[in-house]
Amino acid sequence: MSKSSTFDPKAYWSATLRLLTITMVIWFIVSFGAGILFRDALDSFHLGGYPLGFWFAQQGSIFIFVGLIFWYASRMDKIDREHDVHEE
Amino acid sequence: MDLTTLTFIVVGASFALYIGIAIWARAGSTKEFYVAGGGVHPIVNGMATGADWMSAASFISMAGLIAFLGYGGSVYLMGWTGGYVMLAVLLAPYLRKFGKFTVPEFIGDRYYSQTARIVAVICLIFISFTYVAGQMRGVGIVFSRFLEVEITTGLIIGMGLVFFYSVLGGMKGITYTQVAQYVVLIFAYTIPAVFISLNIAGTPLPQLGLGGSIGDVSFLSKLNQVVTDLGFAAYTTGSKTMIDVFCITLALMAGTAGLPHVIVRFFTVPKVHDARMSAGWALVFIAILYTSAPAVGAMARYNLHATVNTAVTSGGDMFAPEASILGETRPDWMKRWEKTGLIAWEDKNGDGRIQYYNEKSKNEAFLAKAEAAGWKGNELGSKKDGKFVGNVDNDIMVLANPEIAGLPNWVIALIAAGGIAAALSTAAGLLLVISSAISHDLMKGVFAKNISEKTELMAGRLAAAVAVLIAGYLGYNPPGFVAQVVAFAFGLACASLFPTILMGIFSKSMNRAGAIFGMLSGLFFTLTYIVYFKRDILLGMEKVPDSQWFLGISPEGIGVVGMILNFTVAFIVMKMTAPCPDHIQHLVEGIRYPRGAAGAQAH
Repeated sequence: MSKSSTFDPKAYWSATLRLLTITMVIWFIVSFGAGILFRDALDSFHLGGYPLGFWFAQQGSIFIFVGLIFWYASRMDKIDREHDVHEE
Repeated sequence: MDLTTLTFIVVGASFALYIGIAIWARAGSTKEFYVAGGGVHPIVNGMATGADWMSAASFISMAGLIAFLGYGGSVYLMGWTGGYVMLAVLLAPYLRKFGKFTVPEFIGDRYYSQTARIVAVICLIFISFTYVAGQMRGVGIVFSRFLEVEITTGLIIGMGLVFFYSVLGGMKGITYTQVAQYVVLIFAYTIPAVFISLNIAGTPLPQLGLGGSIGDVSFLSKLNQVVTDLGFAAYTTGSKTMIDVFCITLALMAGTAGLPHVIVRFFTVPKVHDARMSAGWALVFIAILYTSAPAVGAMARYNLHATVNTAVTSGGDMFAPEASILGETRPDWMKRWEKTGLIAWEDKNGDGRIQYYNEKSKNEAFLAKAEAAGWKGNELGSKKDGKFVGNVDNDIMVLANPEIAGLPNWVIALIAAGGIAAALSTAAGLLLVISSAISHDLMKGVFAKNISEKTELMAGRLAAAVAVLIAGYLGYNPPGFVAQVVAFAFGLACASLFPTILMGIFSKSMNRAGAIFGMLSGLFFTLTYIVYFKRDILLGMEKVPDSQWFLGISPEGIGVVGMILNFTVAFIVMKMTAPCPDHIQHLVEGIRYPRGAAGAQAH
């Protein structure tokens, strides 16, 4: 295992955990938040013919999940490179 | 050309394709057998994961479930997609970095314990077998409905095919056939979805069509009005409690992330970076079906009501006698599917017309109106064991969809090929993790450490062959509760494997005893709760009333409580037992950063 001599595992891991937390918070808000807990309140707004809470539960959360994973992956790549632990 | 011949040709062509791919992608080493050589492109793996993931249940049953549950169906939509975010962020990249072949292998190494590895194998086998039986049954059902052959014949053909490419090709054969199966199933699903959306909402994209309008009102508010007028719960509200929706969704998400046949797909890509990307691609391919399904469900539900009650489209009085259609003039697709029992009509009030409504409605005013109109009970449902039951079978919504929408025969044939592809691809993935748990974890890992690679490969093939036979038997002679337990495979994965893997990555101090007791308590609690509340189906005992549910959580959602229990027990036991050794803490540190992830390695 080649590791850069300047590699600081603590700093790398805390950067990773910070990104992880942000990602999981968004994950939670769009599904459990908008689609379940606050659905009733959101349903008084509309997106086209969709009540908004219903849209999050059956469409929006899925679209956001897809975008979220790619966003997370690209941010992780950046963190990997900054700490010089990316793959060749 | 008649429909059966056409279906035979389309299904036969798809089989020829799978067999051709299997011969091309034979496995020559254990590495190819377990992880397809470890060099699969992330987009290819994403597509294979999509097919692996979308089972007979996703393809055939989910849209129908949503159609009748309305908003309540969201648990499946969010639950079976949100798990991929957890996979991408919490599990897949780290397990890929660890670089071994199986999930129990990770648990055994991380918790420096053969016992932990064996417990993980037990969880894995239980989860995978309950799941695979449903798939084989699905293959048999599609065969019997579309090709008019016996369920058994269908099963044997399906078993033979899965046997051929999983035994011969291992993970390598499965990966490339799954790619082909994905293409078949996604076309089969989206073509009818596009047409039904065009018919009803005038837009080809089902995702827009569901939010579109019909006349001058939005489609969903029109649907809400139709179903509530007929005594059902409003479509966009549904009838499950919030805590139950919350728990089921979370159990399905964590269960998805903890399913071994999904996790191992991420062992096949070359790099940690690819594991993250691949989860994204997998979800893209899954989302194409999962965002179409709610439109298919809602529109098929609307079509069904509009077919039997002409006042739905004309806007007239639904209770007028002539609004309900005459049984004699019911459409051909209904007559055709009545033979399968998925839909049935029983003229309770003897007026020769079909009244379809919710006879169990709690709305007194509605019931009074129905009675005044001379309705003597709901007359549209399905047949089980020759007896009329008052609910239309979920599966009809996808299976008869092309006929309801008046699409040409080749689309119907495509649905058959798609249903079989969905069932076969999932079955193959499950059979492979079962066989590798036996040959790699139990034999090579614990009981026969000295076997050569060649012997191990042979053992893997033998185990796959035996697993196919058992799965076929379970599909032929399903222990009545198969449909029920498939959903529970998620609860068990959520309560046993998921928390243990998660702690293995994110806690350096979690130790052997904590992991073993955590896994066992999560598994045992969840299993007991499910068996207790489903004992009417599982054991033929008297049903326990739902009012006794713990905090109002249904057996489908209880995996969440099992997961919390797993974490809690693991933490308490850890505090009371010897700490995790240093070299394991180093191992955990090593899997946390990507550099140095070689291909998946044998010992």
